[in-house]
Amino acid sequence: MAKGRYGEFGGQYIPETLMNEIHKVEEAYEFYKNDPAFNEELNTLLKEYAGRPSLLYYAKKMSEDLGGAKIYLKREDLNHTGSHKINNVLGQALMAKKMGKKRLIAETGAGQHGVATATAAALLDLECDIFMGKVDTDRQALNVYRMELLGAHVHPVTTGTMTLKDAVNECMREWTKRVDDTLYCLGSVMGPHPFPMMVRDFQSVISKEARAQILEKEGKLPDIVMACVGGGSNAMGTFYNFIPDQDVQLIGCEAAGKGIDTPETAATINTGSIGVFHGMKSLFCQDQYGQIAPVYSISAGLDYPGIGPEHAYLAATKRASYVGITDDEAVDAFEYLAKTEGIICAIESAHAVAYAKKIAGSMRKDQIIIVCLSGRGDKDVAAIARYRGKEIYE
Amino acid sequence: MNRIQNAFKDKKAFIAFLTAGDPTLDQTKRYIHKITEAGASLIEIGIPFSDPIAEGPTIQNANVRALKNDVHTDNVMTMVKEVREEGIDIPLCFMTYLNVVFHYSYDAFFKKCQEVGIDSIIIPDLPYEEAKEVSNVCTQYGVSLISMIAPTSKERVKMIAQEAEGFIYLVSSMGVTGTRSNAAFALNLPDIVESIKEITQTPVAVGFGIHNPEQAKEMASFADGVIVGSGIVNIIANQDQDVEDAVYNYVKDMCAVL
Repeated sequence: MAKGRYGEFGGQYIPETLMNEIHKVEEAYEFYKNDPAFNEELNTLLKEYAGRPSLLYYAKKMSEDLGGAKIYLKREDLNHTGSHKINNVLGQALMAKKMGKKRLIAETGAGQHGVATATAAALLDLECDIFMGKVDTDRQALNVYRMELLGAHVHPVTTGTMTLKDAVNECMREWTKRVDDTLYCLGSVMGPHPFPMMVRDFQSVISKEARAQILEKEGKLPDIVMACVGGGSNAMGTFYNFIPDQDVQLIGCEAAGKGIDTPETAATINTGSIGVFHGMKSLFCQDQYGQIAPVYSISAGLDYPGIGPEHAYLAATKRASYVGITDDEAVDAFEYLAKTEGIICAIESAHAVAYAKKIAGSMRKDQIIIVCLSGRGDKDVAAIARYRGKEIYE
Repeated sequence: MNRIQNAFKDKKAFIAFLTAGDPTLDQTKRYIHKITEAGASLIEIGIPFSDPIAEGPTIQNANVRALKNDVHTDNVMTMVKEVREEGIDIPLCFMTYLNVVFHYSYDAFFKKCQEVGIDSIIIPDLPYEEAKEVSNVCTQYGVSLISMIAPTSKERVKMIAQEAEGFIYLVSSMGVTGTRSNAAFALNLPDIVESIKEITQTPVAVGFGIHNPEQAKEMASFADGVIVGSGIVNIIANQDQDVEDAVYNYVKDMCAVL
């Protein structure tokens, strides 16, 4: 396959102004990924600062209640900053530092990637500017304040749909204004090459650990691995080391919003078509003239009209399948996991929990499901209360 | 000699940009007539896109206004066809984002361009490395794919210039489109033009930020033309005035110094 391509997907569709810089990032990453000193430093940060390895927890009560497959939860919610985002951010921030950069910029939807980036910037003495859609700064106000506490400057984005896609637009614009001292610390397996590859590599620690952990606990590989998908970073990290294991089914859970047959959805693989946007050829929700469509989900982190190119490829080659989970199903799963296992997970992750909940009962008791619990749900509590008609504000 | 070569022949070219359908397609046609009468050498017509990542607020807002009016690839093509039938004979260049072209299908899009009389196209999110998938098709239909060169292009200049067609769009400065003060322009522009000239005869026009006659004159002292977008779109955005007159006078003043 050509460099930066996943079948027909991927590529580097960005303005000329950024081309030299993206090649520099590419070269830096090719060097540091094989540099023992870099890897040692990164592994120390992941272990001592982020708290890795994350637990692979057997959800016994949930498994017994559903009466079928054994369900294991990969607890990325227990990482420092409360989600899988820190895995990628520590890698990129450390690389930025080595490249002599002074500043990180990043987009954020739910705020998880923004918080993680602000955290790494604080730790590594980098300036930090975060771009976040105005709709999201309103619905995730606590995360905005968290980023500010960490020393980041948060820029509410008031263009377009004022959500994650517009935050990415604004980050790209900002990067063209100031490339010399700045790295765009992209939060998902998307954008121009090398980001889809680099973010996937940094996130693949999830499946590297999970694969070893399940072999140790069960002496065999799981039957199904599942994760929620927005841009697709936790899913790509959760799938990656299982891709060669042909008997392991990979399932991505997309945000169907109010349903994949309604216009209020963010299920890109189920409802989108091929296009070129945000630096990559991939699948996008768009209209008949290629205008990017407004998308909807209760989850600010999955509210994105595209998907990483490697997911588009896994879907096209049928190595992974992608299902839609509605707001209702996700909120039910959010509450179910809290009551059954005492774990309040992110509303994003609840999309994957919901699908496990749907199918575990129809599986045999000797079968195994691993669900990536990509983040914790503190940030979502007020929104879920409102969804249930209780007026609680943060 | 084709229309674009003619536009740069024995003079400095003034290239005007406007967004199709801002505020309506009929008004766009009238503005095209006025801009032509005022002496512009070439007109760039933006096909609106929902997420124009290379644009500053002025042109972003023009895109929003046009899309609200249900402006899309098909009715923009029709508008161009009509304006050609009305006698506009200067070169017309589309400016849009790759997804608009890709989604229409390259073949259908450029076939249509040829039919309605489009001479060239600028696609800011299509760099040299990815251009082949488009250039193969547009060449077939006689449409020139315009290459962009930026202050950060450095050693890429030679590679890009070698294959450039129509004219070269030299980006004046870092960042997105929008009016700028003189201090914002990159200092190495004359050097870049010089290195382009060592490679190719293709004319070089400078764009991004240029909005007054002084700036236009300065840029034209070393380049073959200037491109003005936000300066014109700002006039169009203010519909409380006689826009046709205002656009005519603005373009006339800019052309006068070239």
